[in-house]
Amino acid sequence: MLKTEVINVEKIREDFPILKRQVHGKRLVYLDNAATTQKPKAVIDALVDYYSRYNSNVHRSVHTLGEEATAAYEAARGKAAKFVGARAKDLAFVRGTTEATNLVRFAWGEKNVKKGDTLVTTLMEHHSNIVPWQLLAKGKGATLKFVGLQPDGTLDMGSFESLLREAPKLVAVTHCSNVLGTINDVATICAKARKAGAITVVDGAQSVPHMPVDIGAIGCDFFGFSGHKMLGPTGIGALVGRSDLLEEMEPFHGGGEMIKEVFLDHSTWNDVPHKFEAGTVNIADAIGLGAAVDYLTAIGMDKVREHEVRLIAYALQSLREVKGFRAYGPEDPEKKGGVISFNLADVHPHDLATILDEEGIAIRSGHHCAQPLMRWLDVESTSRASFHVYNSYDDVDALKAGLLKAGAIFKI
Amino acid sequence: MSSADIYRELILDYYRNPRNFGKLDKFDIDSRDTNPLCGDEIEMQIRVGDGKKIEEIKFVGKGCAISQASASMLTELAKGKPLEWVKEVSKEDVFKLLGNPDLGPSRVKCALLGMKVLKTGVYGYLGAHYEDQDGSDPMV
Ligand SMILES: Cc1ncc(COP(=O)(O)O)c(C=O)c1O
Repeated sequence: MLKTEVINVEKIREDFPILKRQVHGKRLVYLDNAATTQKPKAVIDALVDYYSRYNSNVHRSVHTLGEEATAAYEAARGKAAKFVGARAKDLAFVRGTTEATNLVRFAWGEKNVKKGDTLVTTLMEHHSNIVPWQLLAKGKGATLKFVGLQPDGTLDMGSFESLLREAPKLVAVTHCSNVLGTINDVATICAKARKAGAITVVDGAQSVPHMPVDIGAIGCDFFGFSGHKMLGPTGIGALVGRSDLLEEMEPFHGGGEMIKEVFLDHSTWNDVPHKFEAGTVNIADAIGLGAAVDYLTAIGMDKVREHEVRLIAYALQSLREVKGFRAYGPEDPEKKGGVISFNLADVHPHDLATILDEEGIAIRSGHHCAQPLMRWLDVESTSRASFHVYNSYDDVDALKAGLLKAGAIFKI
Repeated sequence: MSSADIYRELILDYYRNPRNFGKLDKFDIDSRDTNPLCGDEIEMQIRVGDGKKIEEIKFVGKGCAISQASASMLTELAKGKPLEWVKEVSKEDVFKLLGNPDLGPSRVKCALLGMKVLKTGVYGYLGAHYEDQDGSDPMV
């Protein structure tokens, strides 16, 4: 197979200080990007720059530092919004995808979900797109139902359509599965859900970091993503919402910054999106996320995607040559995000991860916060290799060599 | 120590052919626990005989080679011993059974899951608290 490159990986690798690190005396081969990505120097510098030059609270102080911090924070909002085809005023900064989902649960769900209602999610979701809806359903006396999967790891649209006939209040679906890599046709799903009268929530945790995303084209009501999975800092992410919904929604947390006026018996809310950003916000990490967006934009998300498609194609072909290797999810790299979940004969993923770690290779092993999906796959856990811009064909070769070694140790 | 040493022949043998694997028809102690990090799962059943001895012991479980092999080895060691003996079992004993592999902190939990299940079950039966004599948590 041809090892052609659409981006200059060697040059990109120089931007990531951590990649110079050795693990157990070996070159670090970091293949746990679906859990969290490494950070380029530009992002680290943005954090250091903020704390060393203009650290200050935002939207409060009129001194120079305060003005600079506010401008940088709001500029980051603009960058993040533009990156996903949204307007800055429809984007609230949150801690990450999990908080985005929980914000919808409380600020929209508490008011709109009633006893007897149906909520719909799918069997391939991360726990963060299941548990909040379970809690909401339980509190309201509503029922949470799950769209099934087809044997190839794609959504069973027949099962989806039949659930829509129950007129659900909400449909929550992931854009890209963190286990199977399945890329869902969220535009079609949202259009159908909306026609059936449902509000749609799309989990973008694994799509935004890896492919061009246009929320306007998807046509969803809510969309969440996490900064730390897209080369940005931890502790920052975003919820993008349809503006009329954001306007009529209740606040999430109460406190400073989210109010307009406070009286003893009531308060009025600040304008969207500040209504959802109570207290001192995560200024530094928002600015860091802005730097990550700049970095990815300079590479080009279409190139990031093409790079990962080629790596996945190469990896699937090459790893299948390892005896006992079995991958889960769609086989066509074009239909898959930069994730390969697999098992190696009867080697438990944790044993495999230990053996690979000794070779400097970091993969994820376990249930990937998707236990209902594990049950559907009829496995306890899987191993997962996931890619980003700094991963190379060499990394795939290293993984293959590691799997061969594990196979030899376990006498497969 | 390399992973080739951790996953010695012996551990792989216990992983693939666990001794004392299964359930008892009649038992006095039934104890189960999981390791949320990896989903390792161990359940042990014990029939207590004369003189408060471990007359029969079996386990079932799912998980990595280290957790399953160490649980199986522990049941072999425990069989025939007085219940009080369980209080003296230490993590060092378990490591010794496994051949003293060099495990990182998260894998140590895999290795000790069987011991935790054994101790929780037996301490419960004896009415004692799941703590070592000095009051410390034996898992740490
Ligand atoms: C598909 C998916 N959704 C949601 C999340 C949760 O993201 P976070 O932990 O950043 O809130 C993850 C991350 O593990 C994920 O992969």
